[in-house]
Amino acid sequence: MLTQTPPTQTPAVGVTMESSPRLELEEIQHFLVARPAALAARYEFLSFRNPASGRKWLAGMIDKVGTAKGVHPTQLDSRWVTIAFTWNGLRALGVAEDALATFPEEFRQGMAARADILGATGTNHPDNWRGGIASSDLHAVIILFARDDKERERCRMEHEKYLTQHAGVEVLSTLDLGAIPSKRSGAHEHFGYRDRLSVPAIEGMGDEPTPGSGRRIKAGEFFLGYPDEEGEAPALPRPEILSNNGSYIAYMRLEEHVGAFRDFLKQHGKTKDEQELIAAKLMGRWRSGAPLVLSPDKDDPELGADMQRNNDFNYAKMDPHGYGCPLGAHIRRMNPRDTAANMERRRMIRRGGTYGPALPEDAPEDGVERGIAAFIGCASLVRQFEFAMNVWMNDKTFHELGNEHDPICGTQDGSLDFTIPKRPVKKKIKGLPQFSTLRGGAYFFLPAIKGLRYLSELETS
Amino acid sequence: MAIPEEGYFKVEKGRYGAIYPRTPANYGFSVIAKVKPGREQAVRDYGKTIEDAVKGAPNVLAPLKLHYLRWVLFDVGSGLHFMYQGIFDTDFDKYIEDAVALFNATGVVSVFTNFEGWPEDWRTNTPAVIKFFREHQAPSFLEYGEYPYVTADEIKKALQLKENFSGMLDLMQ
Repeated sequence: MLTQTPPTQTPAVGVTMESSPRLELEEIQHFLVARPAALAARYEFLSFRNPASGRKWLAGMIDKVGTAKGVHPTQLDSRWVTIAFTWNGLRALGVAEDALATFPEEFRQGMAARADILGATGTNHPDNWRGGIASSDLHAVIILFARDDKERERCRMEHEKYLTQHAGVEVLSTLDLGAIPSKRSGAHEHFGYRDRLSVPAIEGMGDEPTPGSGRRIKAGEFFLGYPDEEGEAPALPRPEILSNNGSYIAYMRLEEHVGAFRDFLKQHGKTKDEQELIAAKLMGRWRSGAPLVLSPDKDDPELGADMQRNNDFNYAKMDPHGYGCPLGAHIRRMNPRDTAANMERRRMIRRGGTYGPALPEDAPEDGVERGIAAFIGCASLVRQFEFAMNVWMNDKTFHELGNEHDPICGTQDGSLDFTIPKRPVKKKIKGLPQFSTLRGGAYFFLPAIKGLRYLSELETS
Repeated sequence: MAIPEEGYFKVEKGRYGAIYPRTPANYGFSVIAKVKPGREQAVRDYGKTIEDAVKGAPNVLAPLKLHYLRWVLFDVGSGLHFMYQGIFDTDFDKYIEDAVALFNATGVVSVFTNFEGWPEDWRTNTPAVIKFFREHQAPSFLEYGEYPYVTADEIKKALQLKENFSGMLDLMQ
C-alpha cells in the first residue's frame, strides 16, 4: 500500500547470500524489489494501435523506469515508473508468434478468460469490469508511484504531453491512488485495517525475514531465470533476452463497500468493542494489525505496530481450532502458514495502494467507488496467484468449512456463511454480505531493462 | 454415482483443465501408464520406498488428503502397465502441485521415469508433469461410497471422539 513509512532497503548490486546466484538488480525493474516512499500513484492502461508507435513510445520511456539498483532510500527520487505488458501487448509490439507461444498458457489467456477459475463470478465477472481492462485491446500498464499528489500531477501532464507525439498509443483508462490519511502508523485500507504486514524475504536480497515469516524464499519464485524452491531455474519463455529477470504481475482493482462493512459490524456488535472483535474475526487481525492468535480477546496496538512480533505466530500449534483466528479468516486463508503444505511455492509480493476518497467515520455510504488496486508479483501465475484465488480465497471447502469464501475479498452472493469457533458452541453468521467487488483485473509481464529495450527495438517482419 | 464418459457432468474449469466431480466416494484418481521394457522390478521396488517413507514420517502423505492408495502392475497383452489409483478428499486440480512437490521430496517421483510418456524435463517443468497426469488419468464411470461424502479428517475425528468418549466412560466407572 502507499505509505508514509520510509522506503525498503535495496541491497547493493552484486549482493549474494546463502550461495544464491547474483541477482541482476541493475536489470530487474524496481517494482517488486524496492518499495519507494510514495504517497500517490497513478496507473495508465494503454493500447497500441500499431507496433511502431508502441515501440517508439516505449523507447522514450525506458530511461525513466527505475531499476532495483537505482531505487534506493539514499536517493531522493520523487517518482518511480514501472512498465508491464499483457500477452496481447507483446504481440502488438511485434513479438514473433513462435516466441509468444512459449509463454505460459494462463498468461496467454489473460485474467478475464480465466475469471471462473479465480472465482470472479456474478458482479465480479469481467462483463462488469471497468476501464476497458477486460478487453483484448489492453496492451500495457504504466505504473507511476509519486512522492505526493503534486508530483503525480506533474508526471501526469508530462506523460500526457509525451503521448501527443505518439498518435498510435491510446489511453484506455487511468486510476489515481492515494494513501489514506490516518492517525495510526503504517498503511491502512478503507475498512481501516493495517496493511502490508506479511512480506516475503527473498534470498540474495539481504533482507531479514521478520520473526514468524518463515525463511527467505528463492529468487526464482519471483524473478524468471533464477533457481526456485525446486532448486533449479525453470525454462524461460523465448527469447530469453525478453523474459530473463522478468516477473508476472496480476492486477486487481477491488472495490471496498465500506458502508456495507460498517453496517455489518453494527448489526453483529452491540458495542464498539464487540464491533471491533467482529472486524478482527473477519480479518484474523485487529484493525491495528495485532494478530488474534497472539491477542485473542482485546486489541494490542503496540503489538500490531511491532514488525518483530506481529507475525510471530503459527496456527497448527497455537490456534488449531480457530478459537483465536477463525479457520476462514482472511489472513488464515491467504497465508495458512504451518497448516498448508508447500507454502514456499505460494508466496507472492503485493504492490499497490488505495484509491477513492476515505469514507469518514459515521458517514453513510455515499456510492463513490473506493478500494484497493494492487499488483501481485510472482514467477508463475497458475501456481502462485491462481492457486491463492482458487484454493484459498474462493474455495468453499477450505479447511473443511463447507460453505464459505474469504469474508473480506472473496466472492459473496449472500448464500455463504462465516464461522467463528467458540466454546461451547461456534457462532455461524449466515448470508455474509459482499464487502468487496472485483472491478478489473489483468495479467501483465514485467520485463527487465534488457527486455524493454528488446521490445522497443523489434522490427515488424 | 454413474459418471459420463468425459469424467464430469458439466465443464467446470480448473487451473489445469476440467475439474472432475466429487462423488459419494470423494475424489477418485486413476493414472494408467505403460511401463518401459525391463523396468518392472524398479517399479515394484518403489513400494518399499513409500512404505519406508511412511514408517519414517507417518504424516508424510497427509498433504494429499488421501483415503486409500493402490498401485497395481498388470499386463493387458500390449505390455506391462502401471495403475495408480487413489481416493482423495481434494480434487486433482487444486493440489496437484503439492502432490508433485511431495513426490519430489520423497523421491517417489522418479518411479514415473519408468513409464512411457513421462516428460524428460520433469525436474523443472511441473506443468509438463501435470499434463502427463491429466493425459494418463482414466475417469471412473461408476463410484460408490458406503459412507458417502465423508472425508478422511471426519473419520479420524470420529475415531478420536470415540476414543475420548470411551476414556471418559472409563473415568466414570
